[in-house]
Amino acid sequence: MSLRRAALVLGALLSHWRKRPLQLAMLLAGLMLATALWSGVQAINAEARASYATAASRLGTGALARLQPAPGSVLTTGDHVRLRRAGWLVSPVAEGQLRLGGARVSVMGIEPVTRLGLASAGGGVGETEELLRFITPPGLGYANAETAAALESADLGGLTIRLDPDAPANTLIVDIGIAQSLLRLEDRLTALILAEDQPVGLPPLTEAAPHLVRVEPGQGSTDPSALTRSFHLNLTAFALLSFIVGLFITQSAVGLAFEQRRPMLRTLRALGVARAEVMALMAAELAIAALVAGAAGIVLGWAMAAALMPGVAATLSGLYGAEVSGALALRPGWVASGLAMALAGTALAGARGLAQTARMPLLAAGQAAPWAEATARGLRRQALAAAVLIAGVPLCLAVGGLVAGFAALACGLLAAALLLPVALDAALRLAAKLARGVLTGWFVADTRQQLGGLSLALMALMLALAANIGVGTMVGSFRATFTGWLDQRLAAELYVTARTEPEAAAIRVWLGERADAVLPIWNAEAPLADQPGRVYGFIDHATYRESWPMLSAEPGVWERVAQGEAALVNEQLARRAELRLGDPLDLPGGPLPIAGIYSDYGNPNPQAMIGLDAFTARFPGAPRLYQAVRVPPEDAAGLAEAMRDEFDLPASAVVDQDRAKRVSLQIFDRTFAVTAALNVLTLAVAGIALLTGLLTLASIRLPQLAPVWAAGIPRARLARLDLARTLILALATAVYAVPVGLGLAWMLLTVINVEAFGWRLPMLVSPDLLARLGVAALLTALAAGSLPALRLARITPGKLLRVFADER
Amino acid sequence: MSARWLAVLLLAALPAFGQQSGFAGLGADVEGFALPDAAYDLTFPRDHGAHEDFRIEWWYLTANLRDAEGRDYGAQWTLFRSALAPDGPESGWSAPQVWMAHAAVTTPDGHHFAERFGRGGIGQAGVTAAPFSAWIDDWEMTAPNAASGIDRLHVAARGSDFALSLEAEAQGPLVLHGADGFSIKSEAGQASHYYSQPFYEVSGRLTLPQGEVEVTGQAWLDREWSSQPLDRSQQGWDWMALHLDDGRRLMAAQVRGQPSFVFGSLIAPDGNVQPLTGDDLRLTPGRAIPPTTWRVELPAAGLDLDIEAVNPDANMATSVPYWEGPVRIGGSATGRGYLELTGYPPGQGVSGRSGG
Repeated sequence: MSLRRAALVLGALLSHWRKRPLQLAMLLAGLMLATALWSGVQAINAEARASYATAASRLGTGALARLQPAPGSVLTTGDHVRLRRAGWLVSPVAEGQLRLGGARVSVMGIEPVTRLGLASAGGGVGETEELLRFITPPGLGYANAETAAALESADLGGLTIRLDPDAPANTLIVDIGIAQSLLRLEDRLTALILAEDQPVGLPPLTEAAPHLVRVEPGQGSTDPSALTRSFHLNLTAFALLSFIVGLFITQSAVGLAFEQRRPMLRTLRALGVARAEVMALMAAELAIAALVAGAAGIVLGWAMAAALMPGVAATLSGLYGAEVSGALALRPGWVASGLAMALAGTALAGARGLAQTARMPLLAAGQAAPWAEATARGLRRQALAAAVLIAGVPLCLAVGGLVAGFAALACGLLAAALLLPVALDAALRLAAKLARGVLTGWFVADTRQQLGGLSLALMALMLALAANIGVGTMVGSFRATFTGWLDQRLAAELYVTARTEPEAAAIRVWLGERADAVLPIWNAEAPLADQPGRVYGFIDHATYRESWPMLSAEPGVWERVAQGEAALVNEQLARRAELRLGDPLDLPGGPLPIAGIYSDYGNPNPQAMIGLDAFTARFPGAPRLYQAVRVPPEDAAGLAEAMRDEFDLPASAVVDQDRAKRVSLQIFDRTFAVTAALNVLTLAVAGIALLTGLLTLASIRLPQLAPVWAAGIPRARLARLDLARTLILALATAVYAVPVGLGLAWMLLTVINVEAFGWRLPMLVSPDLLARLGVAALLTALAAGSLPALRLARITPGKLLRVFADER
Repeated sequence: MSARWLAVLLLAALPAFGQQSGFAGLGADVEGFALPDAAYDLTFPRDHGAHEDFRIEWWYLTANLRDAEGRDYGAQWTLFRSALAPDGPESGWSAPQVWMAHAAVTTPDGHHFAERFGRGGIGQAGVTAAPFSAWIDDWEMTAPNAASGIDRLHVAARGSDFALSLEAEAQGPLVLHGADGFSIKSEAGQASHYYSQPFYEVSGRLTLPQGEVEVTGQAWLDREWSSQPLDRSQQGWDWMALHLDDGRRLMAAQVRGQPSFVFGSLIAPDGNVQPLTGDDLRLTPGRAIPPTTWRVELPAAGLDLDIEAVNPDANMATSVPYWEGPVRIGGSATGRGYLELTGYPPGQGVSGRSGG
């Protein structure tokens, strides 16, 4: 085929879209939204992954093993020197968090000189002057622009901050000595990095440093990508759902376009254009649409991701302690993935249309109606597919794990979507039997006939509603439980963090005369059931007995824990390690039986609590800086103020209960802001799908409406009936979505959350949420149905009359 | 000599975060640091120790060794000190002293080396005058007691594929170069304090990939400190320390430039020193790059020597690369010695590895 001829044929094909710009807009909008949601989430994930990678490579320690103090011991500069003098090539690290008002910044203290010798380690220092300033107090720090801005008003004792675009997100890099003083570590270090190549004939580490444990790269709590995988998987699952909903729009637009162009195709074929040529050009047309809409979708997705990124960054930092940049960079990875998804989605949506064109007999009359009709055979086929998918749910659940959990969710949701037209058809058949009166009878029959054309859009609406109900119920249940848990967990009026141990001791003495009780809460990192965890030491007090969020406990639990005879563990630890009451828990210094299990939300890691005396005996080196203070609530503010004055404490050192709760809830709300935003967008996409479906139908079903009009039903009444039909279908879909959504919520709470976070929550159904979503469904249907109804009300009688004249 | 200067200057030019700052230290301001003084009297054991008010300093031992079969080996043990500032705390992380060390063992067909870095102030590296001890990590050069000064030394180092452990005993006095240890390095008058102990007899053991070797031989210790940067026009240095079989020792060196600055010392077997200048001494390189063969002419002493590397592939692929290895002496006299070449295009056939 010559280029000129191809251009001519393509021009003829494209003329269809010129005549129906709205249909073209729908096609492009569907593809664009699907791509936008997908690539937006991919962009967020890519940014987070890049942040983790930057942190690992900029600090050059990602691939190297580390030595860390064993539970209960401390690592000091002296240990570093002793190991070096024994021949081990190590470089010290002092890491920690610096609280600055409400924000936190990671401080990474490195030793640039020994780092030069760690072959694969990055990070060095500048020229003499730079190195001198780097190591000499008040020091020189490296941070990216974002971190530097956050540190602008912070009191860092005169530290100069130098911009370094390669610095990891939310991290300040300083010399080891400067870090020790900023973090008030005194002489302590947090780790020694081991060079890959060590000299020959060294004494074994167990001899040279028996109190240090070797942590291999990628192992332990230092690797954020492992911890946050579940969070990113959550986002990806939502993106995929949105993409599928977006494809429904594309599918109906493409299907209609093929149907409406049958006469044109027949003419083209009659003029001598080969079938293969038509097919190739139609495929090219789709590819162009996919690329244009895909590109627009990527831009939109980028904007969406940029808007959501700060919230995601706050979540990852608040929930997992992973530092991620709040800014978004354009990365080729997700741009390519977005375009590929747009092309693949279009191919999927257009396959049926192309296949039908290929099979179309040359002289067959253009028949629009069959495309839209729900055949009994089609419905049976859908029901069968749904049955297969439903059978997959228990199979996936039996496999276990987060990915299988999501697979089970996907099976359940798709099955529910496939069954929707079957259920609606059954309901309409029932209604047909009950219908009285000619008009009602026609209305029901006509609705049933339209079901085929609308089913994809209704399925999209159902999925969007179910996702909203499911996620909304989960977040609502979570929030209610979390708020109640915060009330229990944050029972003390004030929480005080001292800068040094002598200061902490002085504060305890000073508070002794002024507060009802001072409850030291000291903690140390320790492996719990072979995972990095944290052990807390606390003293027995009514505060705990009355309000600790215990899930299950043995009698006399508080006495036994206080006397050092038993331990408490959090729910995550109990679930992951399959620990029950009475089981022994391995702890440094010997195992203790578990006497209680408590809920611990907002923290994905294992945790255990033991009596303070037992704690200090087992963890002699743990910093003793943190304490809770009980005072009459009305005195709390005054006491906090007096304490800050007396000890010249920074504002952030004394936190009152209200503030702690507020901050915790803020983190919580930000965590789910992303899913809420995705939900709203999914609903919007479903609305567009419905509008597309309705517009499609409106153009096809004129031959069915014309006789009714001719029989004396005015156009306005017909339009009202049409709108009513849309609303009834939407309402029926919403009703159907309620059990599906609640099922989804149940799966999220009992399967996904347990896998992702390690806690199980009670499900609290909110009628409020269901009502709101019912209204949202009706509003979506109203918005989508108004335009077609309005068009029908204003259609010229001539057009209706022409139906009788036209030869179809 | 040159490698010492360059290596120390490396400490003033450590790679910055992602960017190489080159030899920025070359033109650095030396204000505040002590300067070499012709009137200064070297006093021992005090001057065996570190001079922290000077910018750069080194303890540099090279040994020519031989095993029972007569195979030649070379060993090098070097500790560099670099002060980032003329004053500052002596202990703690903020002490402004930075240390670097190189060790190497050269065989006729192999060359093994390692590199170490350390911060002052925390005990990882340092030097004490009496009893003498210079150390970084587990590398050391230590006298058994205060009374022996540096006459008897234990020298040890190891890398990922070699180790050395040597006992050295001085058979002659300390040697002060230039004018009583004040050694001028350029026409512009740049200078250093420079003394040597060239009379060590050594024995010890080398650990190599093919096994352990007992060795004996001679060693030469150089001690030098200064604060003055190099002239930018000076491209590199050639330095050699030669043990002649007649008991004499010869230190001959040149700073290459326009013109090159030649200096040296002829040391009698009793330790008497005759300072040498470009008028006395002529150094002619061979054709290879870097030149691992030389002709050294000192007509006044009747010397016309041919110098040839035991192993031409003795490249030190350290942070600042240079060539350093043992040589054999022929011509009008025989003997063994050490040669150091810096500022040449990087050599080929580097073996061994470095670590910190």
